[in-house]
Amino acid sequence: MLELNPQSIAFFIFAAFTIGGGLGVATSRNLIHGALYLILSLFGGAGLFILLSAPFLAAAQILVYIGAIAILIIFAVMLTRSMTRLGEVYNRQWWLSALVGVGFFVLLVIGVILPVFGNLDPNAAPLDVGTTMDLGIALVDGNQFVLPFEVASVLLTAALIGAIVIARDRD
Amino acid sequence: MVPLWMYLLVAAALFCIGTYGVLSRRNAVAILMSVELMLTAVNINLIAFWRYLAPDNMAGQAFAAFVFVVAAAEAAVGLAIIIAVYRSRRSVIVEDVNLLKG
Repeated sequence: MLELNPQSIAFFIFAAFTIGGGLGVATSRNLIHGALYLILSLFGGAGLFILLSAPFLAAAQILVYIGAIAILIIFAVMLTRSMTRLGEVYNRQWWLSALVGVGFFVLLVIGVILPVFGNLDPNAAPLDVGTTMDLGIALVDGNQFVLPFEVASVLLTAALIGAIVIARDRD
Repeated sequence: MVPLWMYLLVAAALFCIGTYGVLSRRNAVAILMSVELMLTAVNINLIAFWRYLAPDNMAGQAFAAFVFVVAAAEAAVGLAIIIAVYRSRRSVIVEDVNLLKG
């Protein structure tokens, strides 16, 4: 079984943040609370990225998700005043949705995760890990990801212009 | 190290919580937040597989970085649409947005 070392303790703490925050997002009545739970969940995800030795993605998670997307969501909640008129939080098929969620989870755990990856020796994982420098080189290397990298910048520009055009008040 | 299946378990749980949120919430902003949860779960899966199965090939991390880009674009455009809908219908409840219903 799993021995208790600092790494596994940190894993359990971050996993609890991630899942607890996720439950908070799915169930909280007040959307501002939901957004704060979302920040907690994304922070736990960043911690998991650190444990998986992907520090650049952890920093990007903090900067992009928590610093930009979560703040954008909080602005949207305040602009639409959706938290003051609460009423029903869930629609009529909420029990069907819960059934789908739990059923899919059980299917994944029993059908894929435990039988395929359950008895993989964790100490057999390779020790030499690609660094942030390797990621940077891969993103601009002509033989690897330079085309998706450029397309991503075009996508971001299109999304920027599109968001301004859609949200603008026309008068 | 923590075994791979524990990371996969966390990611699967987060993805299913996000699925439940998307299917059951009425508020469009809450649905968008649940979509962000699902994208984070996908990223945890990608990074976990990258770390345990192919850590010298940067495709896993690069793919996760592109998921970030798409998530940022999706959040920006999605929230702009929600604000535009709120301006015309005075509501962000998804059942009230039925302009395309025949």
